[in-house]
Parts: sequence; C-alpha cells; structure tokens
Amino acid sequence: MAVVTAPPPSVSLMHRLKNPKAAVTIFVIAWLPLMLYVMGGSALMAAIEDLTGFRPNADYILLPAIPAVLLLYVICISAFRESAIAIIGATLVFFWFFIAVTAPYLPLLDPNKPIAPFVPPFTAKNDVFFILGTDFKGRDMLSRTLWGCQRVLVWGVSATFVAYIVGTAFGLIAGYISGWWDEIISFLGNVILSFPVMVLFIVILNYLGASGFNIVIAVTFASAPAIMRIVRGLALDVKTRDYVFAAQTRGESALWIMVVELLPNVRGPIIVDACLRLGYTTVAITTLTFLGLGLQPPDPDWGLMIKESAKTAMLFKFSYMLLIPALSVSSLILGFNLMADGLREMSMRD
Amino acid sequence: MLKLIGRRLIQMVLIILVASLLLFVIFDTPQFKKRLAVQELGGFAVSALSEADYQEWLASRGLDVPFYQRYTDWMGNILTGDFGFSYEKNTEVGPLLASRLANTGILALCVFALMIPISLTLGVLSGMREGSPLDRSITFISVFTTSIPEIATAIILTVVLALGLGWLPAKSAMIQGFDVKQLVLPVMTLVIYDFGYVARMTRASMAEVMTSQYIRTAILKGIPYRRVVMKHALRNALIAPFTVIVLQLNWLLSGVVVVEVFFEYDGFGKLLLEAALFPDVEVVQACTLAAVVVAVTSQIISDVGYTFLNPRIRFS
Repeated sequence: MAVVTAPPPSVSLMHRLKNPKAAVTIFVIAWLPLMLYVMGGSALMAAIEDLTGFRPNADYILLPAIPAVLLLYVICISAFRESAIAIIGATLVFFWFFIAVTAPYLPLLDPNKPIAPFVPPFTAKNDVFFILGTDFKGRDMLSRTLWGCQRVLVWGVSATFVAYIVGTAFGLIAGYISGWWDEIISFLGNVILSFPVMVLFIVILNYLGASGFNIVIAVTFASAPAIMRIVRGLALDVKTRDYVFAAQTRGESALWIMVVELLPNVRGPIIVDACLRLGYTTVAITTLTFLGLGLQPPDPDWGLMIKESAKTAMLFKFSYMLLIPALSVSSLILGFNLMADGLREMSMRD
Repeated sequence: MLKLIGRRLIQMVLIILVASLLLFVIFDTPQFKKRLAVQELGGFAVSALSEADYQEWLASRGLDVPFYQRYTDWMGNILTGDFGFSYEKNTEVGPLLASRLANTGILALCVFALMIPISLTLGVLSGMREGSPLDRSITFISVFTTSIPEIATAIILTVVLALGLGWLPAKSAMIQGFDVKQLVLPVMTLVIYDFGYVARMTRASMAEVMTSQYIRTAILKGIPYRRVVMKHALRNALIAPFTVIVLQLNWLLSGVVVVEVFFEYDGFGKLLLEAALFPDVEVVQACTLAAVVVAVTSQIISDVGYTFLNPRIRFS
C-alpha cells in the first residue's frame, strides 16, 4: 500500500510528556545513583564490606549516571526546542546535574583538605594553581563549589518529590471525595499556609533538629498545602468529565479512579509548577543552611560556604568567597525558573 | 459584605487558635521541659537532680498540671499581654518582641514604599502592549531578579556597593543609633527580590483588561490611547495587584529573616532565628504567633479589599 507517511506533526511538549516512559527510566538511572551516593554512599559501602569482606570504591556507583544524564539532556533539548528560554534553563540545570554525577572523576583537589588559606583566584601557591582561590581554611574553592551542588540538588529534588506525593494525595482526596474530607484537609492546609514559610521552616527544624532528612519533612509541610490546593482545583474540574462518570458506572473504587483516571489528567499543569517549586526548594535549602538550620559541615555546600565565610570575607579582597557560591546557587535557580517559564509558554501555545 | 467579613473573622480566629495549639503541642514534649530546666537551673544542677526532685521542680513551675489547663493559661497570659520570659536576652518577651517588630515594620514600610510604585509602573508598562520589546525586557528582568535568592542579592550588593565602592555600610546593626544609610542595603535586597513577582501579576491583570471589549470600544471611539489607559484600564487592572501586594506582607515576614541575619539588623527575623538556635522556646512561640496573626490579618484585608474594590461583587 502506498501510504505516504506525512512528516509527524510537531508534537506539543505536554503531549510528549504524556508518554514519557523512556525519559522517566533514564531519569531514574541518572538519579538513583546520585541519591544513593549523597544520602548514604559510605554507609552502603560499609554494609557491602561487612557482607563480602571487600570494600568497593563508592565512586563507582555514579558511573551509570554519567551517560544517563547526557542522554536525558539530549531528550530535554529535543523536547524543548520550541522555546529558547527553556533550553537555556535546561542547560543551566543539566550543567550542575552533570557536575554532580561526575564530581569524583574530575581532576579536583580534595574539597575538605586545607592547603593554603586566603589564596586569591588565579594565583599559584605551593606549586598549585588555584583557579578560584581558597577559602579562609585553605580549602580549594573550585572543588568546593563543584562538589557543593551535589547535596543541594539531591535534597532539593527529593524534598520537592516527597512534597508532591503528599500534596497530590491530599489534593485528590479533597477534590474527588469532597464533603467532610475536603473541609478538614482544606482547613488544615489553610492553617499551615498562614505561617510565613521561613517561620514554619525555623519552627519545624528547631523541633526536629537540623539535617537533610528533616529538611525533606519541613519542605513537605510547607509546600504540600499549596500543591494540595492546585491538585484539588484540577481534580474538581476533571471529576465532572464523562470518563470519570463512566468509571463510576463501571463500579471502580474511589482509589482506583483517583489514581488511574484523575492523576494522569492533572499531571500536565503540575509539571510547570514542579519546576518553579524546585527553584523555591533550592532557595530554601541554601537559606536554611546559611542560617545554620540545614545541612551540616564539613561536606561542601553553597549555603555552608556562605555561612562559614560570612564573617571573614567582609573585605573586598576576600569577597570571592561569598560571590562564588552566591552566583552558583543563583545560576541553578535561574535554570529552574527559566525552564518553568519556557514550559508554561509552550503549554499556553498548545 | 458584613456577612463575608464576619465569616472571614471567624475563620481567622479558628486558624489562629489551631496554629497556637500546634505551637504549644510541639514545644510541650519532655525534652523541651528538660531544656527549660537546664536553662533555669543550669546543666550541672539538672544532671545532679533526682527523679523526685525533677518532678518537684516541674510542680513548682506548674508544668505537671494537665495539658489543656496549661494551654488555656498560656493563651490567657498572651491575651493579657504576658508573652513569657526570654532566657537568652534575660528580659520579658512582650516589650522585646514589640521593639523588634517595630524595627521590622520600618524595614517593611521602606520596602513597600519603593516596591509598590516600581512594580506597578513596570507591570502596567509591560501589560499595556503585550509582546512589545519593552514588555519582553521587563518580563525577562523580573524573572531574572526573582531567580536570584535574597542571600545572593545581599552578597552581590554588599560586595559591590559596600566593600567595593565603599558608598554604604556593609552591616546594619545600628549600634550608634538609627542610621538611614544602613537601611539602604537591606531594603534594596528585599525590593529587588520582590518587585518582579508583583510586576508580573500586574502585567497579567493589565494585559487581560487591555484585551477586554470595553477597552476596544474606547479605542475605536477615538479616545486618545493615553486616556484609555489612564482612565479606563488602570482602575480595573489594579484590583488584582492590590490583593497580591497585601499578601506580600506574609512573604516579607519570611524573606526578612535571612536579610536581617545577613545584615545584622535587629528585627523580628533575627530575634526568631536567635531564639530558635538558643533555644528560647517562649520567644519562638511568641514570634511565630505574631507572624501568624500578621499573615492571617493580611489575608483578610486582601480578601475584603478585593470584594470591596471589585464593583461586580460589591453591587451584587
């Protein structure tokens, strides 16, 4: 049959993301190693050592993630090609993502080893050339900056992800079941939303203690109500559609309808919001770490770098110690925001 | 109208009650009671204390009575103006909180005085002609400035204006009395971070009004463009930004923490953080409660203001 295959119509982004199985698999391959590495790389290796008597190098965990990140970047660029803003954003985000997975393999000095304190950028000392200089303890700034993106990325994305799971679950319940459930969930959401965010963070982390896992809990508390509101609104709209009535007539259970009928149809608008919220979470983690309520030393992190040198770097000569982490965190957040902006633009065009 | 205000007020009281209950519950665990004992008696005395003595101390402090009784006492004290005692600062919490809130109020006033005209002008200018080069550049600037977190803005401004050029003091501790110069950097940081969001909201609202039918009619009638914008469009376009601006008060209370800590400005945010790190439980509770009251009040003002300003709702 001489069927002339027309060139595939330009598929909209939201449509492409409706069937993103391959991209999700690649993301998982890229993400899980990094998460394992940051959250418990050395503990995992110790456990393997106990079992087998042989201690593998923790850095090997990250090996599968490197090609996966590159592949994911290519997928994202081809999906976003309509919007230059989204491409710039994705490039910024993937730059840091790539640095995070390749950090152990880059030719960097040990980020926690003091070498020579107060070396300004682009100078050599003790036969070592420091591109970004060293901090007040003599640790290499370049290596600390590049290593620093790991923890922000891992905790930021994990916290946002957990917040989305919780927020979406409550939003679907409030929107689909309605009635008393809706009243109670919405009221509790309003109570939490009436706390200014930073005040809520400080109270929760003061109660739980400062650590990465507790940041996940705090971010979940602070973000889930807002996510719940969005999902609730979408669910209220979707549940009047015919296919939901059809499912109800078929006798499907409420849980099944929520997960199978509602969830896939509220996914689109959530993705844009998720990008924005990733930016907020990154700001929150950096700020909390600066305030002393977030991630703890000695491992490098941008917020920590600012916190540690805030007292010593109050001279123009040493201001690079503050400027470098500040610009790094801004570039990551700018990446998330530009990506969200581009995605919104694309979804508006559909 | 009155019914709406009444319903909102009831909701507000309920929210504040639940928030205060939560605040009381989470700081009512045995660990925090122990910490209180350490603060009052000293660490050595507490570790030397026998279990019976500890119970006696709890009784003397009134901490062994049932939970609901202590909660009502606590609320009663707060309503009569007794917020407790700060062990870190060694003063009553009430006057301390009032003076710090006043400092933050000055900061907030300056921020709003600058942010409102800047963001409204930019928003109206870019919403007037959607898609024009001016609109695009304003939108890009606002995305850019809101993407830089306050801590980074604060650092960049300090490095350039204070450390590099030496025009302004780097810290705002106000040790030698009030100094306007020391207020510039914190205010600039907050305005730069905040104006973009309000400008974008204004832009969206303005753009929506400009595409409406009555504006098209006015333009087709031959009224000068300037007059269409000033007399016809602005009135309706500024209703939505009003609510956004009032709600920024809630945001400001969280944004102010990092700015005050970085610039060492003695305000509400610095007090809260210091209390949280110490930990000074009664100060944390009082600060948080004050923040919630301010936030909820601003929500009500924005809700009621919106219905009052919007003639479609006002006259229905």
